[in-house]
Amino acid sequence: MELNILWFWIIAAMFIGYFVLDGFDFGVGMSLPFLGRDDTDRRVLINTIGPVWDLNETWVIVAGASLFAAFPEWYATMFSGFYLALLLILLALIVRGVSFEYRHQRPESEWKKWFDGMIVVGSAVPALLWGVAFANVVQGVQLDAGHNYTGSFFDLLNPYALVGGLTTLLLFFTHGIVFVSLKTEGDIRERARKLAVRSGLVTIVVAASFLLWTVLAFGSLFTAVFAALAAVALIGSFLLNLKGSEGWAFTLMAATIGLAVLTLFASLFPDVMPASNDTANSLTIANASSTPYTLQVMSWTALIAAPVIFLYQGWTYWVLRKRVSRGTIEAAAH
Amino acid sequence: MNEWLDPLLLSRWQFGLTTVYHFLFVPLTIGLALTVAIFQSAWVRTDKAKYLQLTHFFGKIFLINFAMGVVTGIVQEFQFGMNWSTYSRFVGDVFGAPLAFEGIVAFFLEATFVGLWIFGWDRLPRGLHLATIWLTTVGSIASAYFILAANAFMQNPIAFRINEARGRAELTDIGELLTNPIALASFPHTIFACFMVSSGLIISVAAWHLYRKQHADTMRPALKFGMWMMVISGALTTFFGDSLSLAMTAAQPMKMAAAEAMYKTATGADASFSIFTLGTPDGVSELFSVRIPYLLSFLSTHTLDGTVEGINNLQAQYVGLYGPGDYTPTIWITYWAFRWMIGLGIAHILVAVVGLWLTRGGRTPAAAWVWKVAIWSFPFSLASMSVGWIFTEMGRQPWLVFGLLKTESGVSPNVSGLEILISLIAFTLIYGVLAVVEFRLILRAVRQGPEDAPVPDPLTGETPQRVTVY
Repeated sequence: MELNILWFWIIAAMFIGYFVLDGFDFGVGMSLPFLGRDDTDRRVLINTIGPVWDLNETWVIVAGASLFAAFPEWYATMFSGFYLALLLILLALIVRGVSFEYRHQRPESEWKKWFDGMIVVGSAVPALLWGVAFANVVQGVQLDAGHNYTGSFFDLLNPYALVGGLTTLLLFFTHGIVFVSLKTEGDIRERARKLAVRSGLVTIVVAASFLLWTVLAFGSLFTAVFAALAAVALIGSFLLNLKGSEGWAFTLMAATIGLAVLTLFASLFPDVMPASNDTANSLTIANASSTPYTLQVMSWTALIAAPVIFLYQGWTYWVLRKRVSRGTIEAAAH
Repeated sequence: MNEWLDPLLLSRWQFGLTTVYHFLFVPLTIGLALTVAIFQSAWVRTDKAKYLQLTHFFGKIFLINFAMGVVTGIVQEFQFGMNWSTYSRFVGDVFGAPLAFEGIVAFFLEATFVGLWIFGWDRLPRGLHLATIWLTTVGSIASAYFILAANAFMQNPIAFRINEARGRAELTDIGELLTNPIALASFPHTIFACFMVSSGLIISVAAWHLYRKQHADTMRPALKFGMWMMVISGALTTFFGDSLSLAMTAAQPMKMAAAEAMYKTATGADASFSIFTLGTPDGVSELFSVRIPYLLSFLSTHTLDGTVEGINNLQAQYVGLYGPGDYTPTIWITYWAFRWMIGLGIAHILVAVVGLWLTRGGRTPAAAWVWKVAIWSFPFSLASMSVGWIFTEMGRQPWLVFGLLKTESGVSPNVSGLEILISLIAFTLIYGVLAVVEFRLILRAVRQGPEDAPVPDPLTGETPQRVTVY
């Protein structure tokens, strides 16, 4: 296999890492108005991700930088083309991150209310817009001969992309709620499980439509297999949540997100950014990638670093495995 | 088109604004991570409560600041593609790799272990918990190395070849790229300057409390530590600053000539360093200046009879090399930024030196002005750092990648001035508000002072463990 093909899948893996991990952060953030009945509840929710949101968010920095290094043309076309969408994502990530860290710095409820609001918006906006962005990449956008995007921000808000955005929004929402049921104790855990049933139903309908649309419009046999597996995992997660197996429900939710991302990347292959106006202007794995030498250097680095990263990040989650309860928050307040 | 909607101008302002802003938080993150790690190590070794108090106290300031560094950092990485897509296409094969290494090797380490450090007090054994703050420190320092290696390519492009057919620079040797002489000098120069910034903070905070005659049990050792760290890292910053100016003279003689606003080539005593110039620093009219003969020759070549090329000479050379055009940076910025960097740097090193003398052998200076001066250490050190960064980036102009790509050629061709104006306004507003919030939170944490040390339970004799919740 050529290295640029390998890196196409490594980039996919990095975005899977990002969406699976920061995905539940987004979901937890969006769940504040649904599950947080009082300040202690909201603190329980925030503390399920308090120690890890930063590490999870770092996945997008790594994915972005790796995209830059392995596929400079793809990075340049996508990031300049989706300028305003990415601006909104950046602004959302800024207010979300700051809110996690600053909310608890002062006791006043007025202060906390501000940051609660920003956590919700800062989580919902990227959850929606990442789906819109990737759906547009799969669908293809207008590119000139220099691979520059020639459409406008509003061209990105087409029906397929909006369904894509809604899909990631709902997937991350449900993913986050299942995570809450896995990471909390007491009443909130039960409420999260019940909410996950309701949001799960909506998620199944929307995600299945999006996956079907993707397969029919842009897919191959390969794509169909991933999409089918994603649907099976999503339904499986729903049923396991009904049964009360939180751990497995969460695992299958993560698998759903991973398989959905694979569906999108499989639909793209061997393009990375198809031009909807003229296929001659499309960016492909071949014409968007770096030189074999750079990819070789990157491959060695990734090969050496990956096991270490998996080990210490996995260990971190293990250290922080204890569930959060109202008791945890109240005890620490003294 | 309306000149206010010039995408190049707006993109430059946005990059300048967001970079300078981001770099207000980064030095403090790097310096305070190390400081906190040292205090916590002292506590683990000696079991003295004051070191634990200092760990928590400076740890809190570290974390308030850390959050800002993280969220403003993502903007930096996205901006290359968003605003400078032509640049990204041109250099991605070379420049992308150190950026990716920064994420894979450094950011993951930093972001993972800082979370464990914050929440790990009651979940990890003491020694292991101490390791988490050290790994955070290692991650933050490693990230500085990779980003400076990437920046060094823009200052002194090496380890590449130009692929004419693809219209891009391609990496030829990763080892050479990562050992760029500019990076080897700018990395220690920057890192020790980061330690100066954190020392500046410690001195300011400790002096403020001691001036008010409070928390002497923790703030006095903190002050001593800060001053020693300032003197040591100040000396090393100066030393590596000298190495950097030598390497920079070789790579970008224009930048060093612009630092001195020296239009005509000069040798020996004439290659003097002006400490202060009254009049317009455009070389046309000079009313008054204080000059140190030979110093510029020494700084640039490490000899007293060296020749330092002047701007006019270099401009003519570059026209011959790169075609017609203006190859001179904005002189008043480079001239004054260079002086403010050095002047402020020396000023707060001196504050620390004098402070060490005044506090020797347990003495406490009574004069109020001594403390009032010491409190300015932090703003001085941060300002010195900031203008140093402005100098090195503005001194590279008009180039984006020296000799290869001009700034005006690197901008995204398809992003409109209006879009960039929107983002520039959005970043300015949100950064402005956050600066106020962050500054107030840090002031509040500073005013509160260190928390009392945990008292052992009278029945069990056990000291309660700290539990962090958000």
